[in-house]
Amino acid sequence: MFDTMTAETLARMQFAFTVSFHIIFPAFSIGLASYLAVLNGLWLKTRDETYLTLFNYWKKIFAVAFGMGVVSGIVMSYQFGTNWSVFSDKTGPVLGPLMAYEVLSAFFLEAGFLGIMLFGRERVGDKLHMFATAMVAFGTLMSATWILSVNSWMQTPAGYSMNELGQFVPEDWWQIVFNPSFPYRLVHMVLAAYLTTALVVGGVGGLHLLRNREDAPARRMFSMAMWMLVVVAPLQIFAGDAHGLNTLEHQPAKVMAMEGHYDSHPDGAPLILFGIPNPEEKRIDYAIEIPKLSSLILKHHWDAPLAGLDTIPDEDEPPVMIVFWSFRVMVGLGFAMLGLGAWSLWRRIKGKLYADRWLHRTAILMGPMGFVAVLAGWITTEVGRQPFTVYGLLRTSDSLAPVAAPAVAASLIAFIIVYFFIFGAGTFYLLRMMNKPAGTVRLGLRDAPVRAAGITPIQETHPDDAHGVKGD
Amino acid sequence: MFELSFIWAGIIAFAVLTYVILDGFDLGIGILFPTAKSERDKATMMNSIAPIWDGNETWLVMGGGGLFAVFPLAYAVIMPALYMPIILMLLALIFRGVAFEYRWRTERWKPVWDAAFFGGSIMAAFMQGIALGALVQGIKVADRAYAGGWWDWLTAFSILTGVAVVVGYALLGATWLILKTEGPLQNQMQRYAWWLAAGTLGFIGVVSIMTPFQDPIYFQRWFNLPGSILSVLMPGAVLAAAFSLFSGLSAGKDGQPFLSALSLFVLCFVGIGISFYPNIVPPGLTIAEAAAPDASLKFALVGTVVLVPLILVYTAYAYWVFRGKIDPEEGYH
Repeated sequence: MFDTMTAETLARMQFAFTVSFHIIFPAFSIGLASYLAVLNGLWLKTRDETYLTLFNYWKKIFAVAFGMGVVSGIVMSYQFGTNWSVFSDKTGPVLGPLMAYEVLSAFFLEAGFLGIMLFGRERVGDKLHMFATAMVAFGTLMSATWILSVNSWMQTPAGYSMNELGQFVPEDWWQIVFNPSFPYRLVHMVLAAYLTTALVVGGVGGLHLLRNREDAPARRMFSMAMWMLVVVAPLQIFAGDAHGLNTLEHQPAKVMAMEGHYDSHPDGAPLILFGIPNPEEKRIDYAIEIPKLSSLILKHHWDAPLAGLDTIPDEDEPPVMIVFWSFRVMVGLGFAMLGLGAWSLWRRIKGKLYADRWLHRTAILMGPMGFVAVLAGWITTEVGRQPFTVYGLLRTSDSLAPVAAPAVAASLIAFIIVYFFIFGAGTFYLLRMMNKPAGTVRLGLRDAPVRAAGITPIQETHPDDAHGVKGD
Repeated sequence: MFELSFIWAGIIAFAVLTYVILDGFDLGIGILFPTAKSERDKATMMNSIAPIWDGNETWLVMGGGGLFAVFPLAYAVIMPALYMPIILMLLALIFRGVAFEYRWRTERWKPVWDAAFFGGSIMAAFMQGIALGALVQGIKVADRAYAGGWWDWLTAFSILTGVAVVVGYALLGATWLILKTEGPLQNQMQRYAWWLAAGTLGFIGVVSIMTPFQDPIYFQRWFNLPGSILSVLMPGAVLAAAFSLFSGLSAGKDGQPFLSALSLFVLCFVGIGISFYPNIVPPGLTIAEAAAPDASLKFALVGTVVLVPLILVYTAYAYWVFRGKIDPEEGYH
């Protein structure tokens, strides 16, 4: 199937495939690192064993997810060069330093302190261990900050000029880093990561509550996750709306595709809830729409005119079908998260938070939905940027590396096979760990510990325990 | 006055060298992994690097990301030229990287992840060696882009450097384990280290002799002043490091073999640097040509001078925290 495709299509598929797999892990580990820092802090402050149990439980899950994020991330840092070398040559002077800062201020920080966070509590003591845990969390946030600055610059380039070699060269670093869409994208993504983690933690909590309503760590994690949804889901909807308005200002064609507005509406555009984009005829078939609502949302006025894709040259139009649907998936899930948060709040007020089995079942169902929403959101913004890599300035077709199509096809097939195998196995191990209650000794291992004859290691009786206090 | 691009070439070289010696020993442990005689030895070997491998590999990202940042043109020609070895290295690193966690999460599939750890490590080392050999042989550049085919990297010379790197990394791994273990496992590694050291020195000799024939310019650099001074000094320094390595092994020292093996790598790296200079991509792309504009170099340099020393401090601290002989019972799994 790959032998008829051009090198460009193959390279785009490969980038889309590898980056989609990659984003899943940071989306989880950004939130989980912060959650671990909070859990460890609460344990040190309250000395409530439940927090320590939860810390040790999620720590092991974090280690697996983080490992998958690292290895899939190394691939990304080289793929700009292997497959998009012209893009690298042209944007390197602007984007390269930002990525270098990501490595220096985030990756090293995470990697340097991860070992201490995972293995070092006994060796360094509580305070330094807490510091290491906080540094890992801080590193994940720094990483998000830099890479989103890079991505945002590709969406809304600023602070550059062009040199005689056709390279983008920096003029004003402040404008480059804090380019117009960056603050919105950063807030939207970090909140998305927190929501994703809250949904996973809530789902796992719900699962163990279904099995044992009195399970103390399950109650604690479920409660914390639901509070998180109550606070963050509304914030995210607000942030998403602000991001959308920013996109309308800087990348109107993307919003037209998201909204499915093929035609301009001089006196108030309808909000198309659902429908089937028909790219040939340039219209939305079977559209269910609310008159003038799109103008109200985007322009804050019923009768405000909104331009459609008919104002954009065909060769500059993003693929409407994909953007239209991925946007709806994301928004739909966002409101489902809001609904779950609201429901949990109501049950909490009624004192039924730990008893409502349908709430727990729904939480399990929503467990993976953060990932779906994150992917849908990224598809919306990245496909919506097409056909450009640097919006309006550098076309995707002009960014490609001079690598022969068979080489790209071979690497794409290899990535697909390896990723499904490796990350499939990893996901299986993650789910198996989550399936066990917090406090399980030697979580995820079915074998007996390695041990010298006659010696019972301390971990056997007190796994992960810092002070010989009974932990699990 | 030093050119900014020259300073940056030094920083990138430092990052790559740091990567080679740090990930070198932990890839080496992967290469030696099948020689473990028991589950306990396997656990010891893996636990000796579990807290630090991730930091070691970050230097690879630093090398790639740094190249993108300050020598975008070099990045843009090297990566497509070495497309296959780079992709295979990345895939191999995935296999060995996840093995650190996966092997502790399953009993039935443990042999699979052990094989992934070994296979990924040896493949990554081999591909890095091939990439090095292909780079030494030179990369065709025309009109700011790679101009060769997608199999150009595969030659007898690049296979030779590939095998050389595998053997060299295994030596680093063996000497690291001499430092970090005791008893039968340490004895076993001491025995291997003899052979691996002999092999590494042999490869250094062969590759050094063959390199000048890859491109006449290398010949000129080494056999004309000022390069010829180094041509006299380098073999002496290599012999000194080799002597220190073998005498450390004979005396049963813990740390000396590892440090000597490291210094062998540093010397080889310096030798490659001399061969390349002033090019960043042989045969024709110079450091100055490939460099990003000064505005980029300055901006990245400010953070680098502050952050790299800090990174070295906390990386050293992490090594310090996990110092001493490995207790196979320890770990968080």
